[in-house]
Amino acid sequence: MKQILVLGGGTGGTLVANLLAKKLKDEAKITLVSASSRHLYQPGWLYVPFGWQDPRGLSRSLKSLLNKRVQLEIGRVSHLDPHAQSVTLESGHTLHYDYLVVATGSRVTPEDVPGLAEGAHHFYTEEAAWKLHAALEEFNGGKIVVGVGGLPHKCPVAPLEFTFLLDEYLTRKGIRQQTEITYTYPINRVFSIESVAEMAEPLLKERGINIETFFNLESVDPEKKLAISMEGSELPYDLLVMIPPHRGAKFLEGSPIADAQGWVYTDRHTLQVKDFPNIYALGDTTNLPISKAGSTAHFEAPVIAEHIAAAIQGRPVDPKHATYNGKVTCFLEAGYEKASILAFDYDTPPKPPTPSWLYHYEKMAFNKAYWYLVPTGVI
Amino acid sequence: MVSPVQITKEIDARGSFCPGPLMELIRNIKTAQVGDVIAVLSGDPGSVKDIPAWVEKAKHEFLGIEDVEGEVKRFIVRKAH
Repeated sequence: MKQILVLGGGTGGTLVANLLAKKLKDEAKITLVSASSRHLYQPGWLYVPFGWQDPRGLSRSLKSLLNKRVQLEIGRVSHLDPHAQSVTLESGHTLHYDYLVVATGSRVTPEDVPGLAEGAHHFYTEEAAWKLHAALEEFNGGKIVVGVGGLPHKCPVAPLEFTFLLDEYLTRKGIRQQTEITYTYPINRVFSIESVAEMAEPLLKERGINIETFFNLESVDPEKKLAISMEGSELPYDLLVMIPPHRGAKFLEGSPIADAQGWVYTDRHTLQVKDFPNIYALGDTTNLPISKAGSTAHFEAPVIAEHIAAAIQGRPVDPKHATYNGKVTCFLEAGYEKASILAFDYDTPPKPPTPSWLYHYEKMAFNKAYWYLVPTGVI
Repeated sequence: MVSPVQITKEIDARGSFCPGPLMELIRNIKTAQVGDVIAVLSGDPGSVKDIPAWVEKAKHEFLGIEDVEGEVKRFIVRKAH
């Protein structure tokens, strides 16, 4: 019987494994390897710094989300040998595969920027989001600098969303007047997509938020409390919130299937890995120039499941799921219970609607419904 | 045509709206060696303005733009520091 190995228990890995189990039933053995026994809903971390979400409500048992035909193995991968078609775990256990799906996501690497780990907060792990919550609770006014501390980073809209929610939080706390907020961004506008920047910039200005574009963080001086950019500007801060740069999983750095930062060489349409047609990659772990976000993995998963299932069943690929077209959808929280929505693909840029309560409540509902709809493949 | 120049790395950022070709270029410049020549393929019309503007601001060296096909252009940059 063919062996399928899925690495990663996030949105991409869980969904691919479940879709394969539905399509193949007992025609293949499917094993999912995850470093954690918990499946995390990472978009919820955005609200943790403000005390609006308890992080304990943002994870569930991975086993409970998996089809009963999927075998779960908890362990961290230490080595992949794509020629021998084997994966070795830190425990020393080696697993062989006929088909491999790499969905090991990304990890934050603040250590890549001098001073960032010591000087800045972020909300891209549960622990960091908690720490930022404590810092904001103690904060009584001063200068807050928010921005992108390195590239790439997942959830591209999160720095903007955090800034809007921060303005709301400080206003509700009664200390907005005593606080100067500065939003920084690497390029010459407030967001990479022009239509989103055109919507967000007036909102930032309306709320009295300073904008510092062309700001690529080079280092942080935690003693002098300065954020220094590679373009030569320095921003003083009392509280610094900088999204750290990301890398792929450690075992992928310099592996035959990935670059030095651990991003897997992936075909933009078939999601097959370069030179290894029996390996697929999805979600944050690919080197594709698209959003690292759960929704990307969500729309990629059916393509991979269909390709592997068709190969095992010896039938042609269903044209409906033959290729990935770059589809991504994400909400953009604008604060004060309003949000917008971005939907795009390789050929179509998004046209974000004016923020409204409708999309905010849609996002709130999605945050709750995620567990029932996404990992299981209902939508 | 910008020649002769040895391209160290080419980034295929066609179809990238988010994070976008310029963001892809910046992240690759950061991990490149000084003197490396990075090329980025972009089909975003905004890149014609955005990429040279950032390269000038960040004091790298803009080597030129080549037409590839249709809207797609190749932007060539040398990491200067």
